[in-house]
Amino acid sequence: MKTLLIGEYREGKLLDSTYELLGFASQMGAETAMLLVGSETQLPAYGGTLYLADATTCGEYNPDLHKKLILDAVQKENPDYIVFLHSSYGWDLAPRVAAALKAAQVSEVTGIVPGGFGFGFGFGFEVGCCNAKMRRTVRPNTAPAVLTIQAGAFPVEQMGGTPQLQKLASEGKGALEFIGYEPAEKKEVDLGKAEIVVSVGRGIGKKDNVPAIAALAKALGGELGATRPVVDAGWVEHSHQVGTTGQTVAPKLYVACGISGAIQHLAGIKKSDFIVAINKDKDAPIGEIADVLVVADVMQFVPALTAKVAPVSS
Amino acid sequence: MKLLVCIKQVPDLESRFKPNAEGVWYDETDLAWRMNEYDEYAVEQAVQLREKLGDGAKLTVLSIGPDRVVAAIKKALAMGADNAAHIQDPAAAVKDPWQIASIIAAYAKDKGFDLIFTGMQSQDRGSAQVGVAVAEQLGFACTTTIVGFQYENGTVTAKRELEGGVKGVVKLKTPALVTCQLGLNVPRYPTLPNIMKAKKKEITVIAVADLLSEAALATTASFHPPAKKGGGIVLEGDVGELADKVVAILKDKTAVLR
Repeated sequence: MKTLLIGEYREGKLLDSTYELLGFASQMGAETAMLLVGSETQLPAYGGTLYLADATTCGEYNPDLHKKLILDAVQKENPDYIVFLHSSYGWDLAPRVAAALKAAQVSEVTGIVPGGFGFGFGFGFEVGCCNAKMRRTVRPNTAPAVLTIQAGAFPVEQMGGTPQLQKLASEGKGALEFIGYEPAEKKEVDLGKAEIVVSVGRGIGKKDNVPAIAALAKALGGELGATRPVVDAGWVEHSHQVGTTGQTVAPKLYVACGISGAIQHLAGIKKSDFIVAINKDKDAPIGEIADVLVVADVMQFVPALTAKVAPVSS
Repeated sequence: MKLLVCIKQVPDLESRFKPNAEGVWYDETDLAWRMNEYDEYAVEQAVQLREKLGDGAKLTVLSIGPDRVVAAIKKALAMGADNAAHIQDPAAAVKDPWQIASIIAAYAKDKGFDLIFTGMQSQDRGSAQVGVAVAEQLGFACTTTIVGFQYENGTVTAKRELEGGVKGVVKLKTPALVTCQLGLNVPRYPTLPNIMKAKKKEITVIAVADLLSEAALATTASFHPPAKKGGGIVLEGDVGELADKVVAILKDKTAVLR
């Protein structure tokens, strides 16, 4: 069984998430080859075959060209699985490769379900659905099959060694013209260094309820964080956003108020030492990662907690 | 200029889900339905472009599913779409993304659409495949996860959302397809007069059998709740007592309260 792993490279750098692909292949017990549109000065610590194309000529985001490069490597390697990260690069490119090969694609894989599925190597793949509340086991009906793996679902694995390079080149322009990057907005609040973060989710109900949560953050001596929907709704400024597209936090205490636990949010908080979640839904996915899940109306519970905490810290 | 926006109707994601009799998707009993949130942004962006272009443009909304999806279609019409195609399919939920994309592509292929909008993914299935697969099947230029959109003389300038708050700016020429991310715009609420006007807009009903010719490339083997990881404490009861318990736990387990 062989996997072709599609590494990631952005703004002139190899991305560390590339090593999660090796962690996945290792759990599969599969042989590997890797493809990277990157640079010879930024090679992964990987001892296998690396199909390398130059990002200065093929672009960092040029899906039509990258698709051609991958199809070229697929023809040479004949892999059983072509594996991407489920990222802005991977979820954009994977369906194009799958369509060209008319191959099954399974998106945002969180686990491997071995055996008994009666096609290829018989693997099924576990994926989240319904806002991460439920799971599906999905079986590809084709070989090769295309997979995108969820960020953080598989361990980082640095194999070490120097890759054997197979250089690839691609001609033409592709249908898209990449203009450039826009840097992230300046952070007014550096949540990454905060020891305590108290975050609001849509479960608080309305913007008027934000001050009550901010009061708990203040009483604890922490910073206010927020989920993406709350920021999109304009309840809290973007500089407070926690998650994949906001800031990653690693506090001693994280308090999640009315946050159901979308995977993009969970990815940003999993380095927290201790997580307390308040949610009226006992089955909310935040419960999977929380050390304490308080099943209560967040707008009743938080003021009660603030009242108990305030005299302690003042 | 011809515009198409593809929408899905999904359950309220606050619902409790349980497997259906076949054990491959959720049981639809007692679920409340709404337009997929990502698609609301797609509809809003399409309507804004339709308004900017005026009567030289026409916006069609498409949805696949049983009769209940007409409610989502009507909302898109009330937001400003001109007409609709309802691909009647009671078994849409068991089709894979490739089949769904092939149905849309079969509908769109001889209609001369210049620009297609979709959500970047559905809230219930979350595969993030259908939009891109439609573009590939139609040979359209395509970009995904957009949080910024401009259109000028056959060229779309889109801002893609990347990890860590960075954005990538791309240009693509029509015919093109874009998949829309949350935060792209502020989706409007349909007004009562527009809801009334929408009742007169045409909804063409097409049987899925007339458009589907592809077999599924992937199959759902089971639908189930996640395995409980355990370890976490679940507290329930009176709010005052809960607050005392949490304070005690924080004093015991963390260094932040003493």
